[in-house]
Amino acid sequence: MSTHAPKGVGHLRGDRPFPAAAKVALADPQLRRNLQHATTTIRGKSGRVIAELPDWQELRSAGSALKAYTMANLPRLLEQLEERVTAAGGVVHWAADAEEANRIVTELVAATGEKRVIKVKSMATQEIGLNEALEGAGITPVETDLAELIVQLGHDKPSHILVPAIHRNRSEIREIFLREMPGVDPALTDDPPELAGAARRYLRETFLSTKVAVSGANFGVAETGTLAVVESEGNGRMCLTLPDTLITVMGIEKVVPAWQDLEVFLQLLPRASTGERMNPYTSMWTGVTPGDGPQNFHLVLLDNGRTAVLADEVGRSALHCIRCSACLNVCPVYERTGGHAYGSVYPGPIGAVLSPQLTGVEDNASLPYASSLCGACFDACPVKIDIPSILVHLRNQAPHPRSEKTAMAAAAYTMDHPKLYERAQRAAKAAKLLGRRGRGLPPPLNGWAASRDLPEPPAETFRDWWRGR
Amino acid sequence: MRIALFATCLADTMFPAAAKATVQLLERLGHEVVFPPEQTCCGQMHVNTGYQKEALPLVRRYVRTFEPCDVVVAPSGSCVGSIRHQHATVARQAGQEGLAARAEAVAERTYELSELLIDVLKIEDVGAYYPHRVTYHPTCHSLRVLRVGDRPLRLLRQVRGLDLVELPQAEQCCGFGGTFAVKNADTSTAMLADKMRHVLDTGADVCTAGDASCLMHIGGGLSRLRTGVRTVHLAEILASTEATA
Ligand code: SF4
Repeated sequence: MSTHAPKGVGHLRGDRPFPAAAKVALADPQLRRNLQHATTTIRGKSGRVIAELPDWQELRSAGSALKAYTMANLPRLLEQLEERVTAAGGVVHWAADAEEANRIVTELVAATGEKRVIKVKSMATQEIGLNEALEGAGITPVETDLAELIVQLGHDKPSHILVPAIHRNRSEIREIFLREMPGVDPALTDDPPELAGAARRYLRETFLSTKVAVSGANFGVAETGTLAVVESEGNGRMCLTLPDTLITVMGIEKVVPAWQDLEVFLQLLPRASTGERMNPYTSMWTGVTPGDGPQNFHLVLLDNGRTAVLADEVGRSALHCIRCSACLNVCPVYERTGGHAYGSVYPGPIGAVLSPQLTGVEDNASLPYASSLCGACFDACPVKIDIPSILVHLRNQAPHPRSEKTAMAAAAYTMDHPKLYERAQRAAKAAKLLGRRGRGLPPPLNGWAASRDLPEPPAETFRDWWRGR
Repeated sequence: MRIALFATCLADTMFPAAAKATVQLLERLGHEVVFPPEQTCCGQMHVNTGYQKEALPLVRRYVRTFEPCDVVVAPSGSCVGSIRHQHATVARQAGQEGLAARAEAVAERTYELSELLIDVLKIEDVGAYYPHRVTYHPTCHSLRVLRVGDRPLRLLRQVRGLDLVELPQAEQCCGFGGTFAVKNADTSTAMLADKMRHVLDTGADVCTAGDASCLMHIGGGLSRLRTGVRTVHLAEILASTEATA
């Protein structure tokens, strides 16, 4: 039985529809400039390193084909992964949803008797609201990715998959550190190396004194039972090697069939996401190794709505996503509204198709419409997810407002009856007298006319002209 | 050649100049244009707003109307994009395999204007004269759905008297997106503001494109700001000659 991600836990649903949430960001010129600058920079960098690869399109096709194969064979591959992880000394847990995953992780941590865990940046644990669950059980989670730490200390929400604090500038970061970071030097300036130094000092102490780590996984190799995390700062590697116990929460779609498949994804991911040729840190581990690294390893395989996505023939390709965030960086809507407007940990174009599928479309009904269907995301996606087509597909499933439904049905009926259609064309001319170039139109059309003049209906339609020649 | 015109509901009703220009241009080039009067709308607005079921009769109407024609042209990259990439899907989702196959066949013979001129009629210099400073906005659907590439620019470069100026960040969406401009009016306005800034930066008197819908959006904004910059459909520029100027 496939069910959607449960309500009341995790971060997949916003508290208001997209247009209302977007208004806040649109009214903030500083935020608009921060976002425009950041996305333009990443876009340029990524474009340059992608252009270096003559076989980029073939790589994209290979990535897409591997993902399609994986989805078609998911149960078998997951069982193989479980078997290999277990054989290598790890313990595998299956979590149907956010509540179950949170309970499993919380109990595992409680069993160690520890009161603090360090965390590798992970979308899956944000999705299920693990930090809140741990805090509720008296356990302190410490994010170790720099941007994630800024978000955590700022009691804020991430607004980008890869650069969660993209909406913050450095003077805001300085204030957050001064206010929230234990043991910070009060003379701290907003110079980036100084800010990084303060975070490093704080994190080093935490790494060396914490015995349990929680991570996500970019890939899980079914063939070998190997888990992989890629990152830029090295904090992830510290978390993955220093503690006694490591708990990894992985979305079930992150499995790849074979070790060799990593060749494709480890090329696609860094170039599409950060514009790097390879990730500075690629950490891989297989079960436990006596005397080396964590001695207890747990893998939590998370569904939380994914099998419901898998059941949709068109929508399922959203599960191919490798979370590179390229689609966010090229999206003209994301660039203006930022990530918070999407109300979910998955913002931008991929969020607009993934979140409503994980929660059920009714719970995120405004998200499939948060796109002009310009298609830039499809061109940018390293695994060729046709996001615009999925958006249209989801719009077809979304609940429609009654008045819109009536108007759309009437318009379609008119369009299918050329006589009526011509009468409507003449009515449009008459509306010229009423509408005054769009001002004074009823909602929602007045939203359009607030910033744009509607054209004057012409004296003669094309078909009138054609008839008269 | 005998070419059927799909005027599109928007050009037929609001921007007849674009459809008229298409006729005049093709006739000037020695072709015969026919206008099947049963045509109305390609149904894109319905499909893209989530009303596939309602779009089905419009897909059927399009297929029925243009099935007898060898070549169809429309002055809209967006509508041709929908015909090529959505019509068969709409039919298939409704379980109408037969209609889907027919839709695919008609779509293959349906061209956007710059495609028709360059790929089918094999002509780049259409003998136009248009003495203005012009910038070209490659609309998203022409650019990424149809992949018309530089075809419109190649046509514009041959127009006598025309001073073609490059649009900065040309490939960014103008923010129209059909009902997006209504449902997300504030975001759409922000996107439009940037597009207008780039148009004004070029110093052009005219902004052109292959889509009346995007031009309506950009033109509506430029008009509201009283910028004096006009939007003119690509077909109108290509149809202009010394005699009409
Ligand atoms: S949808 Fe594609 S582009 Fe967007 S984050 Fe996922 S993999 Fe990257």
